[in-house]
Amino acid sequence: MKAPVNKIIPFSSVDGPGNRFSLFFQGCNFNCLYCHNPETINLCNNCGICLEVCPKGALNIIDGKVLWKEALCVKCDLCIKECPNLSSPKVKYMSVKEILNEVYKYKLFLSGVTVSGGECMLYAEFLKELFKEIKNLNLTCFIDSNGYILFEEFNDLLNLTDAVMLDVKSYDEKEHIMLTGKSNKNVLRNLIYLGSIGKLYEVRTVVVPDVLDNVNNIYSISKMIANIDDKIRYKLIKFRPLGVRKEFSRIKSPTDDFMTKLKEIAVNNGCKNVIIT
Amino acid sequence: MDNVLNIIKDFTQTYHQKLISLARAAENSLNVLNISDEVKNLKEEGIICDLNEGNAPYRPRYIVVDFEKFFKNGSDFLRLNPPNDIWEATNNLLILYKHIPSITSFPVYIGNIDYLLEPFIEDEKEAYKAIKLFLEHIDRTITDSFCHANIGPKRTKAGEIILKITRELQNSVPNITLKYSDETDDDFAIEAVLTSLDTAKPSFANHDMFIKDLGENYAIASCYNGLPVGGGSYTLVRLNLAYLAKKAKDEFDFLDNILPYAVDVMANYMDERIRFLVEESNFFQSSFLVKEGLIDKDRFTAMFGIFGLAECVNYFINSNNAFERFGHGKYANELGIKIIEKLDEEVKKHKNNFCKFSNGNFLLHAQVGIDTDKGISPGCRIPIGEEPELPQHLLQSAPFHKYFPSGIGDVFSFDVTAKNNPEFILDIIKGSFASGLRYISFYGNDSDVIRITGYLVKKSDIEKLEKGEQVYNDAVVLGLGSVKNQRILERKVRKI
Repeated sequence: MKAPVNKIIPFSSVDGPGNRFSLFFQGCNFNCLYCHNPETINLCNNCGICLEVCPKGALNIIDGKVLWKEALCVKCDLCIKECPNLSSPKVKYMSVKEILNEVYKYKLFLSGVTVSGGECMLYAEFLKELFKEIKNLNLTCFIDSNGYILFEEFNDLLNLTDAVMLDVKSYDEKEHIMLTGKSNKNVLRNLIYLGSIGKLYEVRTVVVPDVLDNVNNIYSISKMIANIDDKIRYKLIKFRPLGVRKEFSRIKSPTDDFMTKLKEIAVNNGCKNVIIT
Repeated sequence: MDNVLNIIKDFTQTYHQKLISLARAAENSLNVLNISDEVKNLKEEGIICDLNEGNAPYRPRYIVVDFEKFFKNGSDFLRLNPPNDIWEATNNLLILYKHIPSITSFPVYIGNIDYLLEPFIEDEKEAYKAIKLFLEHIDRTITDSFCHANIGPKRTKAGEIILKITRELQNSVPNITLKYSDETDDDFAIEAVLTSLDTAKPSFANHDMFIKDLGENYAIASCYNGLPVGGGSYTLVRLNLAYLAKKAKDEFDFLDNILPYAVDVMANYMDERIRFLVEESNFFQSSFLVKEGLIDKDRFTAMFGIFGLAECVNYFINSNNAFERFGHGKYANELGIKIIEKLDEEVKKHKNNFCKFSNGNFLLHAQVGIDTDKGISPGCRIPIGEEPELPQHLLQSAPFHKYFPSGIGDVFSFDVTAKNNPEFILDIIKGSFASGLRYISFYGNDSDVIRITGYLVKKSDIEKLEKGEQVYNDAVVLGLGSVKNQRILERKVRKI
């Protein structure tokens, strides 16, 4: 069994508690307007357009498939910019064993492993096999998810998972569909379910001025969190126009004052652990 | 005598800084050491450097006083009784500090201060006040950044108070090291991490590794020098591997001939410096520290320093390809290890009877550089501007640390967001030590207090000095030189 991996960050300070080995899977079931790494959304369709822009000849088509030669790559990312398919030719299909070999190199430095994406729950069966092995290394396993796939249907995986970090992008269903292309019904259901079984480490909401009803979102989501467990961390993330698609690059970041105001709303609703990043 | 007049007329030196400069000028007017032509030549070529230790050594370079003994016995010479409360304890220490010689004329080690003060903490509020005044007094009177306090490994009330005050005061002196081991509980270590992101100290020492090399009774002094308590180091001389490489035909000639020759010449020079200090200067016959057993000649060693390994290796690699150079390329990194292995072997061949503590051997030291070094990296460090990502950096560096019991260390600058997840840094410390790293320092990229190479300076003081204003800390001038010559402020900021 192999799964498509877009990127590995061996040391991460922002993907859960302590130092974490973060694994970003390729492919997503959302298509968020503000996506900060839109090249993780689709799998490569081998159109070959990226070959034309690679300055180092690191990309080839062999047997109809785009192949990336890592040794020649200078990480200029021109291939990603050129891709018309919101994908990347640099995705590696990795086995559990191959991933473990990478984790093993850094094991002494880690609190655990966090799987992210794209949407990593698209590979829930693979994650189960991976987490079994990670647990043998005495490391914690965290999932970073957009919450579209229902966790209650993967209790085997949850038993191996220490906690989940869940994006709740909008409280309003229509707004959620406008932003991501999908309903938020499952997301909110996951929020309640994961909270009720004590596996919710963190909830995140990205704040985007003018595009989203941020006040309503933070008010309603923080209320839900506080009702479940007021100690769950609620992370309010400033939208930053970095890595986003052209259409979104002109949207401004929220001001610090506005973020502080939103934090106050969440705290007033009873959330005890609210942070701004 | 122009030099003397220049010192007297120097606008930027304070009165005390002038006194020390004048003493140094007087010492250097002598010519009493028996120095061979071979030493003279290598010194002139900048290959051997005694770090301005002076022409007539009259005190050991680094003295590591046994403060526990001082607390137990008091001092006849200083007419001090053993302390009974926190005020007497801090006062006795401050008095003794003024009487400890060193290369800088300030004490380079001021004790495991949390353990020393812990028995005297009764009322926490009173202890807080006493320790705050104590630390403030140290910064304003021991006006030299090579003054080093140790804390840990175990959590103490005194240790917690010291960290809290350290964050409040934002002073550059004293430098602080937390001796870190399994005995250090995570909460205390996290406090230390947060303090370090705020004010560049404490650094973390691999306690188990130091104990294995130096015994239980060791201390971290000056920059990051591991030395025996109740003793110290007679001298520190350093070998410039970057310049030495240029004398070799190729790496094989370097390993087989050039390096062994230079080690031999430098070791003989160190012998001569030690001989004069021990046999002629009368320090060990006259000092009250010796008479009262606070230091003992048999607990002294000497430090054989090296620097510029990166440039030495890169000279032989002769490649502009970043993936092949020291810190990145497999061959380059292996050559680095080979050179240090050979160095270790050659230095161990040399015996000096005065270094009883270390079985007659000199201890290797990865020297952090001085302000005038230009384009030469400290010890075994990867050059600033060429640093790999943090995981690779730590794994590359770790294998060098075991060779340097008297000091080696890496410095990392972290983006302030690391404060949101101090456990992240503690994980890195734990992993580093488990991987064989001896010593690690870091600071937040928004700190005023920053680590230059091994010592701390306030950025705001550097700016003052650059404008021609006086500053009370004599290490600021060194910091300014390093900022200009070694791109200290351009260290890679780790944003992960």
